Amino acid sequence: MADWASFWAMGGYASYVWSAYGIAAAVITLNVVLPVWYHRGLKRRIRRGAFIDD
Amino acid sequence: MHVRLGHDEKTVVSLTMDKGVKQRFHRLGSSPYFYDASARWAIWLAVPAVICIAYAVIAGLVYVPPDYQQGDVFRILYIHVPSAWLSLFGYTAMAVAGVVALVWRLKLAEIFIAAAAPVGASFTFLALVTGAIWGEPTWGTYWVWDARLTSELILLFLYLGVIALHRSIASPRAAGRACALLSIVGVINVPIIHYSVVWWTTLHQGATLGLTGGSNMDADMLWPLLAGALGFTCLFGWLTLWGMRVQLLWRERRSRWVMKRIAHG
Repeated sequence: MADWASFWAMGGYASYVWSAYGIAAAVITLNVVLPVWYHRGLKRRIRRGAFIDD
Repeated sequence: MHVRLGHDEKTVVSLTMDKGVKQRFHRLGSSPYFYDASARWAIWLAVPAVICIAYAVIAGLVYVPPDYQQGDVFRILYIHVPSAWLSLFGYTAMAVAGVVALVWRLKLAEIFIAAAAPVGASFTFLALVTGAIWGEPTWGTYWVWDARLTSELILLFLYLGVIALHRSIASPRAAGRACALLSIVGVINVPIIHYSVVWWTTLHQGATLGLTGGSNMDADMLWPLLAGALGFTCLFGWLTLWGMRVQLLWRERRSRWVMKRIAHG
């Protein structure tokens, strides 16, 4: 890639190509991050004894 | 000389014979075993997912030449086709798990469906959105009620239906069975999506890749696409496996093994 400007320009389709790849990156990131957060929160609640009610 | 075995002795013999196989099967169905082992299995899905997707994206954006008709906008293909493939693969896997859940009452199969549905829904959404973005410059419209697009939208609603059903039933067992049933019934949509471009020639193009007829695509363009599909499939496996661990922990949050591992571990 000698010419970065032409790479980002994507032959005039920059907005289409980069928005598609950007949304894909967002979807994948959310799929990875959200379960990890939820897992952590759940473990914290278990440690706090939130589910011992009997 | 005959040795007559008593009833108890026969039982002992059959037990020792089946022991290896049975133990392995029971171990796999056991929640604590699955929770611990799946953390180790995840790496075997995560590593190929990252490698394949990185190769597909870099090759698709940099090394593959622009399409001779569409120019650079065709690079959306490397996201669009793998996510569309995954949307079909994910629902089919859920239907298979649904059969396992209903016939063998395997709890992990119910948990698989619950964990796979949000992943499948998000990649169906991605297939629809990238298709719309691609459609504007090439078809002149973001959306049209074409057979392929419409049936893929119905697939998104089926995924969302499984998620909603799972959340709306309080009893995990009943929720698992209801979702298994919806997964099995809904899988009828998968062949409809696949053959939609053959049965109704509306706007979406036909299949580029084929197992029988060969592929109408240059090898330089094809390999990154196959890598993308494989990478997305591994990603789906990884995310679903992780989701299953979380679901299992939530479902058995009051059990002794969870207390032992989380609270005292």
